[in-house]
Amino acid sequence: MTGFFQRNGIAISTYLILAVVFWVVLMIVLPQAYMLDFSFRNNLPPAKIGGPEDVYTLSNYRYLVFGSPGSADAFNYLHLQVFLRTIIASIFVTLIDFALCYPIAYYIAQVAKGGFARSMILLLILPFWVNEILRAFSFRILFGTSGVINAVLQSLGIVDQPIDFLRADVALYAGLSYAYILLMVFPLYNAIESLDHNQIEAARDLGSPWWRIHWRVVMPHAKPGIASGCTLVFMLSAGALAAPQILGGPSSLWFTQIIYRWFNTGGNWPQGAAYAIVLLLACLVFVLAVMRLFKISLGEIAR
Amino acid sequence: MSADVELDHVTIRFGEFTAVKDANLKIEDGEFFSFLGPSGCGKTTILRAVSGFLEPSDGEVRIGGKNMRGIGPNKRPTALIFQNLALFPLMSVADNIAFGLEVRGVGKAERRKRADELLDLIALDGQGDKKVGELSGGQKQRVAIARALAVEPKVLLLDEPLSALDLKLRQHMRTELRAIQQRVGITFIYITHDQGEALTMSDRIAVMSQGVVQQIGTGSEVYENSQTAFVASFVGENNPFTGKVAAVDGQHALIDTSFGRLRGRNLRGLSAGSEAMLFVRPESLGLVNGQGAADNVIESTVLHSEFEGSFFSVFLRGDGGKDIVMSMTNSGNLPEFHEGAAARVGFRADRAVVLPVGEVADE
Repeated sequence: MTGFFQRNGIAISTYLILAVVFWVVLMIVLPQAYMLDFSFRNNLPPAKIGGPEDVYTLSNYRYLVFGSPGSADAFNYLHLQVFLRTIIASIFVTLIDFALCYPIAYYIAQVAKGGFARSMILLLILPFWVNEILRAFSFRILFGTSGVINAVLQSLGIVDQPIDFLRADVALYAGLSYAYILLMVFPLYNAIESLDHNQIEAARDLGSPWWRIHWRVVMPHAKPGIASGCTLVFMLSAGALAAPQILGGPSSLWFTQIIYRWFNTGGNWPQGAAYAIVLLLACLVFVLAVMRLFKISLGEIAR
Repeated sequence: MSADVELDHVTIRFGEFTAVKDANLKIEDGEFFSFLGPSGCGKTTILRAVSGFLEPSDGEVRIGGKNMRGIGPNKRPTALIFQNLALFPLMSVADNIAFGLEVRGVGKAERRKRADELLDLIALDGQGDKKVGELSGGQKQRVAIARALAVEPKVLLLDEPLSALDLKLRQHMRTELRAIQQRVGITFIYITHDQGEALTMSDRIAVMSQGVVQQIGTGSEVYENSQTAFVASFVGENNPFTGKVAAVDGQHALIDTSFGRLRGRNLRGLSAGSEAMLFVRPESLGLVNGQGAADNVIESTVLHSEFEGSFFSVFLRGDGGKDIVMSMTNSGNLPEFHEGAAARVGFRADRAVVLPVGEVADE
């Protein structure tokens, strides 16, 4: 610790420590601790807060699993189903993004040269200057029953009736995949870019077909980048609100939308907090399990 | 098992730039053949054309008589050893060596057996389970060779593989490489800018400059009978004297220089009147005492001298900006060379070559 102060000087050291403490405590730990606390409380009107009914309870969590005590079903099928679907759909979005971004990242990092690679990166970034809501609604225009894609398909005579992309969740998957594409491209690009091109050529020279070069040389090298890209996309997809709200079909509910309703229209913050905590923990457990499976440490993701 | 490699009028262009101009040569079966030249002379380009990473713009590369056009690097009977080795750091030593076999669908047990055999060959037995990062520079070098040999190539291509090693190890690896080549008996094509490597290991050497193959021959041919000014100045040290051919006398040519008329072997059949350069090596120069009967005598002054252990270099004022270098074996009774002292040095006409004026390698 004294070494740290000596190296950086008193002023900078103090600033660094305060900044990190501020960041961790005020921005991360405190709000989440409040949410955690909320999730174990009853939903009471302001007058009763601090009163005899203000006790810790598991009822909010119980509600997610078993539904309201008076309901006929043994479990809260609706919400559990939405929860599961959100997780699975987020895995899908992650896989779609990986499949889309890996070739792009590989191309920019190892094949394209200089100016062309830079302009490709710029082309990837530019669309994200448009805000999220606008992008989501423009996807509605694109995928709507009277939208651009249907108009083209119909005028080419490929379909007679417009396809309802919104109902089929195509628009939702497209919108979510698109929303987080950069978070996949850049970690992948960084990881692949640091691979010595000679290794690719060496593998090729030893007779390797292209897919094995990727499987045995490029992907193992890029594993930390793949892990960090997939983690980001999965977490953010599972926690997305705008895209599911705007692009989701009428029957498809995203778990975040339920959380949003508890907080907002439902006015039941403890219930919303409990749902949000469950989503957070589920995502964490899932990501850690996958990392365990692929033998990746947290430190590698931060590389 | 092995195969010859032919470059049939190979020209390689990158846009406007011609990297290799009309290379036309045949590398024999089982030969240790080096391409020697300064960086940017096109030697690596030739290697990439043989390995299949690029196609010649004109001409043909043939391996074992078969035209290689359109055949990718993964389908050619060649294996390349990269300058930085390009070992796979995430695989074990044995997995590195067996990678080519894994690609060919060889089973795990068989792969391991072959890897162990090759580890024996490179004197690293029992180290197959180590990570590549745990090996020393020389060991990595040998693993790279074993990895290339594992696929049983007909031609092994080496792109300056020793340049990253320190001097001692480099000299040791020269002997080792040569020994491995003789054991496996396949064709080696070796790229280097280090004439010492080329001279000690190769059966034959092609000296290149600016995309042109200047001369092909054994080490001593290239050194003793350099055919161009570039070869004479690039391979080993040489003292150039520029002038005009005054007369031709049998095998010799006489050339008028700022040091008077000098005589050397007329290797390229120059005729009287043509611009020429005479080259004489530092070790061919010697002191002339009194009225010595040397073919050629140069009067100059001593600039300085350097003691280099087994020999002694004396720098004399030369023609233009370049000093004349004379090296003398340390026989124990050398005279002292005082700065500014007059010196008469001479050399035999048979030890000098007269060549057309041309590009001279800069040191």
